Amino acid sequence: MTAPSEPKGRGAGWTPLSPPNPPQERETSDEGPPPQAARPAGWRLEAPRRRTESTVSEPRGAGAGAAPVSRKLAINRLRDRRPLDAAAVDRFLARYEVPIVEGARCTFLYRGEADEVFLIHRIFGLPDHLPLRRLHGTDLWHVVLELPEGSRVEYQLEVAFADGRRERVNDPLNPRLAHSPVGSSSVCYASGHVIPDWTFPDPEARPGSLTDLVVPSRALRRDCPVTLYRPARFRRTARYPLLIVHDGGDYLGFADAKTVLDNLIHRLDVAELVAAFVYPGDRLAEYANSAAHARFLTAELLPRLEAELPLAGTPSGRCLMGCSFGAVAALSTAYRHPEVYGSLLLQSGSFVFTDIGHDHGGGPPFEPVVRFVNRYRAAPRRVADRLFVSCGVYEPLIVPNRSMVPVFEAAGMAVRYVEARDGHSWENWRDRLRDGLSWIFPGPQKFFYE
Amino acid sequence: MRVILLGPQRRPTVDAVARYHTLGVSGPVAVVTAGWQEREPDDAELIRLLGGRAVNLALYRRWLDVQDRDPGYFAAERLLAETLAELQDLYLLRLDYALRAVYALQRRSGGFAAEALDVAMAAVRELDAAHLRRVNGARLEFIQRWPPHDRPVIAEHRAEVSALLAGASAVVIAGGHVGVLAGVLHLFNVGAALPSTAGGPLVAAWSAGAMALTDRIVLFHDRAPQGPGHPEVYASGLSVVRDAVLLPHARARLLLDDAPRMAVFARRFGPARCILLESGTRIEIGGAGWPPGVRVIGEDGHVTALETALEAS
Repeated sequence: MTAPSEPKGRGAGWTPLSPPNPPQERETSDEGPPPQAARPAGWRLEAPRRRTESTVSEPRGAGAGAAPVSRKLAINRLRDRRPLDAAAVDRFLARYEVPIVEGARCTFLYRGEADEVFLIHRIFGLPDHLPLRRLHGTDLWHVVLELPEGSRVEYQLEVAFADGRRERVNDPLNPRLAHSPVGSSSVCYASGHVIPDWTFPDPEARPGSLTDLVVPSRALRRDCPVTLYRPARFRRTARYPLLIVHDGGDYLGFADAKTVLDNLIHRLDVAELVAAFVYPGDRLAEYANSAAHARFLTAELLPRLEAELPLAGTPSGRCLMGCSFGAVAALSTAYRHPEVYGSLLLQSGSFVFTDIGHDHGGGPPFEPVVRFVNRYRAAPRRVADRLFVSCGVYEPLIVPNRSMVPVFEAAGMAVRYVEARDGHSWENWRDRLRDGLSWIFPGPQKFFYE
Repeated sequence: MRVILLGPQRRPTVDAVARYHTLGVSGPVAVVTAGWQEREPDDAELIRLLGGRAVNLALYRRWLDVQDRDPGYFAAERLLAETLAELQDLYLLRLDYALRAVYALQRRSGGFAAEALDVAMAAVRELDAAHLRRVNGARLEFIQRWPPHDRPVIAEHRAEVSALLAGASAVVIAGGHVGVLAGVLHLFNVGAALPSTAGGPLVAAWSAGAMALTDRIVLFHDRAPQGPGHPEVYASGLSVVRDAVLLPHARARLLLDDAPRMAVFARRFGPARCILLESGTRIEIGGAGWPPGVRVIGEDGHVTALETALEAS
């Protein structure tokens, strides 16, 4: 049996850090763009405004708050200071960004009167409540966590007061927040973490366009809103591949999907494509192996788009994409229509299954998912030509995702699997988009020699 | 015909080349920037470098004009493009397995490993050759069904291009999209017009422009975001330069430090020379062939400079 949220009952992968409870495994995103990286300038006899070579990503976010590494941690140097009074703590906090990143060690801090303070995080494999210790004689609390190179961790603090109150808050000392449909949480960028530069608006990248349409669906018995992305220089005479994106509003809002597409197309990393961002109604029902949803995409949305837009119209030119439950929706749609979609892009798929018994730990919304995944694992079949699968190593879903890779491969599909030291979050999904999209719809870089 | 191959022009050298080789020769320099596609007209800097006496052949614009004015031909051309894309896709699928076998055998030693490697390498070479034959066959079939010279719009453009080339002192071909570039050079019959270029024709080309002059265009990108790709045979160029695989931006695009991988590259395309076109490279091909000092990938996978002149077509 593969448990989705061990240790049992913790539910780290399924519950939000911030109340209220979310509709399943929908987490966080970025805090907004830091300043643009400087771009090399210089005269060149080549086609202007369009780059042919990948550029090296500039470290951002993570590196910005990194403290110089010394043998003794900053918090321990503070402990040795005399007098260790409020003024010393003031100076200490003014000097460092919090959490203090010193090599692999990250010091989380809280300042204030409390009975207890806990670090609440989502790192699969660690106790999810890590107590902070009070620095003797002060109101400063701290805990040191070792985070591997390149990690990104979302967290909150739980503060217990003498009157019995317990409050869960974002870190007041850390301005970096990740946002999601269910709220926000603080973010710790460990040493070496790089936010890809292609996730930030690039003034050189010609913007594509977004337009909204409504597709009446008999299958889903509702009008389905769809946001269409057309690339810059969209031409009726061209033929574009089609990317259908589940949780479209969240990908656009929390994973900067339009900016990412504009940039990756501009850099020639990804082919010019049309994307259809779809929005769920009853998400847990529609995305958990729903025949109606699959019918909507395949028999209603796809024919309309291919009739109205200059699309390739072949399996190799169609990709279904989704994260979490959206990945289940993508897989189950392709399962029901195996000759239609050539590629799937599956991020942190909620591929929960059981090997024995019925205790999957995911709760009632996962029942149809588990039935579907169990059935698929018992009789794997080829549902597409190529699958890009990604998952964060700090999320409980890492186990089922790793387990599915050989199953997909055994079914005869080409699989590219990517892990990141990240969690079940929109920033993670955003930052893996270049890996996935450039593999599924590679850009024309190989043709360009400026 | 004198041909000068140049490296990427971030620091331009084409101006000096054109100035030197057209000294005393009348007629403008014909410029091809079709590889820049929709930015083809942004040639002011290049024209200025060429002393202002240059004329852009506007091959990309002419191609768009054909698309607009001859929709039947354009529709057929698009079907050809789809066919070629499918052929390329299938070739890459086969190539992936074939090259993986080569790399696996390359890591073996002793016994029959060397012999097996030779056989595997021969299979890759045959795959490349068969693909090029198939692609050229598809193009030939298309040309026979849709003879370009019978299409009034194309014939009109061909005549104009031919006239421009006839009066030109030199032809300068810029880089960009090598597929588009090779396509329009063929479509407007630039290859046939080159030998008649006035004044002892000079052809100077860089990057994709240089690749389009060869008899076999090989695409390569070891540093693509989706990971190293297999070098792939794409099409025949104008065949002005033969038995050479030209590698612009080689240092940036190839894993040159991976000697075993580069050894496969060199052996695969031999006896053609795998020639690096880096910034500052200037190779003049004359009757004596490749001049000494040309940097190539050797069969041992290391970059080396030719010590003596080698015959080139």
